[in-house]
Amino acid sequence: MADGEQTIEKIRERFGDAVVGQGSYRDQHWVELKAEKLVEVCTWLRDDPAMNFDYLIDATAVHWPERDLAFEMVYHLCSYARNDVLRIKVALADGQAVPTLSGLWKAADWNERETFDMFGIRFDGHPDLRRILMHDEYTDYPLRKEFPLYRG
Amino acid sequence: MEQTFNRHPDNPDIVTINMGPSHPATHGVLQLVLQLDGERVVSCVPHLGYLHRGMEKIAENRSYLQFIPYTDRMDYLSPLAANVGFALAVEELLGVKVPPRCEVSRVICCELARLGSHQLWLGTHALDLGAATVFFHTFKDREWHYDLIEDLCGARLTTSFARIGGMRHDMEADWLGRLREFVDAMPKRIDEYEALLTGNTIWLQRTQGVGKIGPEDAIAYGMTGPVLRAAGVEHDVRKTRPYSGYENYEFEIPSGTEGDIYDRYLVRMEEMRQSVRILDQALRNLPDGPYHIDDPKIYLPPKARVLQGMEELIHQFMVVTEGFDCPAGEVYHSTEVPKGELGFYIVSTGGVSPYRLRIRSPSFNNVATLPHLVEGGLIADVIANIASLDPVMGEVDR
Repeated sequence: MADGEQTIEKIRERFGDAVVGQGSYRDQHWVELKAEKLVEVCTWLRDDPAMNFDYLIDATAVHWPERDLAFEMVYHLCSYARNDVLRIKVALADGQAVPTLSGLWKAADWNERETFDMFGIRFDGHPDLRRILMHDEYTDYPLRKEFPLYRG
Repeated sequence: MEQTFNRHPDNPDIVTINMGPSHPATHGVLQLVLQLDGERVVSCVPHLGYLHRGMEKIAENRSYLQFIPYTDRMDYLSPLAANVGFALAVEELLGVKVPPRCEVSRVICCELARLGSHQLWLGTHALDLGAATVFFHTFKDREWHYDLIEDLCGARLTTSFARIGGMRHDMEADWLGRLREFVDAMPKRIDEYEALLTGNTIWLQRTQGVGKIGPEDAIAYGMTGPVLRAAGVEHDVRKTRPYSGYENYEFEIPSGTEGDIYDRYLVRMEEMRQSVRILDQALRNLPDGPYHIDDPKIYLPPKARVLQGMEELIHQFMVVTEGFDCPAGEVYHSTEVPKGELGFYIVSTGGVSPYRLRIRSPSFNNVATLPHLVEGGLIADVIANIASLDPVMGEVDR
């Protein structure tokens, strides 16, 4: 199954300027969006009957310290009705906030808290952006690449 | 009256109490801070992380093979299923397809794990609500189940039985015979569990109409597994995105209508029966042939060949000490484990370790619904709700 391919075509038709890039591996397709367009596109993806992405599987991040935009948010969306999965990416500079999706999917609440906890990425408009796995007094962001794997 | 501790500054009727992280009914190290107005729960704030071991970080420094033991320690009540889920994700990244005997072996592992996990859930759930007898029934059978797992892979909980491209070793005829006895005995045993609870007035009163969640909310929270299906959403990864040949088995996906604790109970009871059904088919249709791929760069070559051939010796040495190179790319692969959708998102830039491994655990999203389920209800129902979600903190915290 070519996951997400037709959806990306439709996003391009409708929000051409929101799309930064796209790609695929093993027939799983991803689309990269501009941070400021994320909520607009996701709202459409959730509410348009032909899209119907009602389920946010996961939201997380990847740290690419050698890139200019060092962080990448990665969202996996699923439409139960159409059995389709779409991967959305948003590139961010260090310190740049990204709008929250917790208003669209309640699942984003805890996923974004975990991403904040592990990477230090801030989510604009999040109702309760606190650490979730680490304790509140903790100051590091363990999944950043500069965080050592061993403390010798 | 003397001012007592933990009263709300503006409303002295509201008391804050702390439940867990060490509490027998939180099923692990889950902490809930509850605000109570008498018996009513005004607010519930879960605190996680007591079992956080940084598995996603650890994975960045391990070969794919070395990460398999960590998957045992996520949902430690069904490690066989997590082993298989991880192996499948890495195989997707590699573009490797395992032989039929391996696929059926994996289905046996996954369904055995489901049975054991649901037996534990049922026993402890009933015990939490005061029905101690059920616990003895399910734990007696679970002991049998664990004896089988121990005979299969030498460990009861830390199974590490799947390998990238195969299984650790074959399922032998003798063991399959003992599994057959277990599978044949289970339907009657499940009837016995049900006879204790399904029509039991106390059980009905404690579970019916309690902890309700509707299909829209369940989907929005990202609930998966039996708790989602109890809310009326018939979604199961085994059906929608079959893996390991699940499309070749006849089984049904039970679902509920009310989305309450009782429906979650009924769904899991039926799932146990369906697991038995799948196990029966798997045992009848287990094909002969290899149980792993024939690629010594990924799957360890047979010991006999290692002792005689230089080439095989080198392969074994490389797989064990360094691991194997994966192509650059990224995949998301999910499986239906007893708690719901367990997904692995692997980002590889080439090399022997993942650049990033994200574990999407079902219990994490399921526990996130707790405030929704318990707020406005009674404090006694908090325990019933936790048990009905069947969370495993090893998987929530990772």
